[in-house]
Amino acid sequence: MRNDGKPAVVIGAGPAGLCAAIELKKAGAPVVLMDENAKPGGQLFKQIHKFFGSQEHKAGIRGFDIGKELLAESLRLGIDVRLKTEVVGIEAGLKVWAVEDRSKSYTFDAGTLILATGATENALSFPGWTLPGIMTAGCAQTLINVHRVLPGQRVLMVGSGNVGVIVAYQLMQAGAQVAAVIEALPRLGGYGVHTAKVRRAGVPFYCSTTIIRAEGRESVERAVIASIDAKFQPIPGTEQTLDVDTICLAVGLTPSIELACIAGCKQIYIPELGGTMPAHDEFMRSSLESVYVVGDIAGVEEASTAMEEGRLAGIHAAWAMGYMDETTMKTKTEETKTRLKALRQGVFGQKRFEAKKRIVEGRKEA
Amino acid sequence: MNAEKSPDSRIVKHAVLGDMPAQKEVTIYFEGKPLKALEGEPIMATLVAAGVTVFRYTKKGSPRRMFCGIGRCTDCVMTVDGVPGVRTCVTEVREGMRVERQQGVGSWKVQAEASHAQ
Amino acid sequence: MSAQQSLKTSGAPSLEELKAVGQLASEKDMEGRGCLCIECIEEIPCNPCQTACPQGAITVGFPITNLPVIDRAKCTVCGLCIPACPGLAITIKSVKDDTARVRFPWEYLPFPAIGDTVRMVDRQGRELCDGTISSITNPVRNNRTAVITAEFPRKFVQDAISIARRS
Repeated sequence: MRNDGKPAVVIGAGPAGLCAAIELKKAGAPVVLMDENAKPGGQLFKQIHKFFGSQEHKAGIRGFDIGKELLAESLRLGIDVRLKTEVVGIEAGLKVWAVEDRSKSYTFDAGTLILATGATENALSFPGWTLPGIMTAGCAQTLINVHRVLPGQRVLMVGSGNVGVIVAYQLMQAGAQVAAVIEALPRLGGYGVHTAKVRRAGVPFYCSTTIIRAEGRESVERAVIASIDAKFQPIPGTEQTLDVDTICLAVGLTPSIELACIAGCKQIYIPELGGTMPAHDEFMRSSLESVYVVGDIAGVEEASTAMEEGRLAGIHAAWAMGYMDETTMKTKTEETKTRLKALRQGVFGQKRFEAKKRIVEGRKEA
Repeated sequence: MNAEKSPDSRIVKHAVLGDMPAQKEVTIYFEGKPLKALEGEPIMATLVAAGVTVFRYTKKGSPRRMFCGIGRCTDCVMTVDGVPGVRTCVTEVREGMRVERQQGVGSWKVQAEASHAQ
Repeated sequence: MSAQQSLKTSGAPSLEELKAVGQLASEKDMEGRGCLCIECIEEIPCNPCQTACPQGAITVGFPITNLPVIDRAKCTVCGLCIPACPGLAITIKSVKDDTARVRFPWEYLPFPAIGDTVRMVDRQGRELCDGTISSITNPVRNNRTAVITAEFPRKFVQDAISIARRS
């Protein structure tokens, strides 16, 4: 237990960071929430679909409405939110080096650090992949749902995980046509209820299919796709040309671990959760006693799990800083873990549950 | 869809997001041409709405637009008010802002006393 | 659990896959006031249908990855679960004489108008036949998921699931 007056610094004001800061502030701990963007919420405000889960996970509520609720709560609690603030370094003793508004640099001492830096969408390289009109699915989602501009009229979606399928649906809601969703694996990745609503809108899904090249002079005019064999090699003669002006890539995300590396957190490789990420214990504590990792940086999942991880870390950090008694911490932790476990069951969740266990085991070894 | 020819591609009506609320307009200049922009939006959104498909050319002359849209990848950088390499996806429009395509890494076109772009 | 070959390759479940998990309603179930059809054949963590039902007619239970089970004796086909389902996987179907009706969720613009002739589509997005819109509701509690009813020839009742999107 320590209460040295130094604040907990939460880096990243997405769903995980917001929930961590809210739990800390509710316990009375000093907390500073930093985000490089002009607006808080991370990627929640582009999620316009209703969330899954149950009532305590805010199921049935649309992502951007959950974002608004979290922002209202952080305002009500009076959390010190510093926007347009990039953390560019973490020095020994948890000295945080921040750059505000790309012009003012300062450092200050954090007592506890909670890294909620999220993840970055993966790229996919193929001939023509740099052409204008090719973008990540998240980029298209930001354009249509946050900025309300349509990047193209006819779209090919590469990748059938939930991101690809949800963005395909949202592109149609925004007025675009989706020419196809293609998937390299023999089976579709996303939830069946998501694929079903896209399929009944007339969008074909092609499994065991990859993109061969994008064609166009100054921007995408066509995409050539082809079937692939069990070794992921294109099968000659199966090429098909699609007239599209936009190609969206939904081929996974990688945890944004830069700050965790700078801080010196031990990393572990878990391919199912996006690659290399900081190992953490059941309270989301990294290999460093006072540095927590929450949300996609701690393994790519979804906003609903990110929020619960943020709460876990916030609760534990509040106790470690001396702002919560042990009994309350244990009760709240158990409640949060129960909600989290509910989201990691079934055909999709079980794999993530097993992978998360390996992260915790990795922390023990480290 | 060819460069700069598509109509204004703003999504004014949406089943979930509702009608687009009235927003204050500002004017920015893309390659010297005035474009209607909405206060608070990033430069990228204004250019996409106007149908601009090429944001810059690499030093080998290859065209680029945007890729990640959230400030990670730097695909969308342009010369803004004389400052090259500005990420247009996370830089808000401002009245009178000059936005230009850059070739390669671009070059500085500002005097020392000119205000810095974001 | 079956291999769900159709769902996991075409994107939509086949009638056989629905039947295998007890989610294919019979035409007899659809007679009279009609019946609830939930097409949710994968174990995903989700239970708002259970929460939305005022009659306690839908059970997911614990874990919340269980598939929903409908108690047809309790269900009043009120339709509150249709917009509550985040997967847009719930419809209500009914048959009378040669006519069938489907009440389904809808989140695209433009909305059809009552009386409009529309094209009915099956789960694979194929156009089946003409239909007529008989009702559209979108109260605040739906949270921007409209619920539309369309009438069409009875022989398409098992396949029809929604209407074609107009652009």
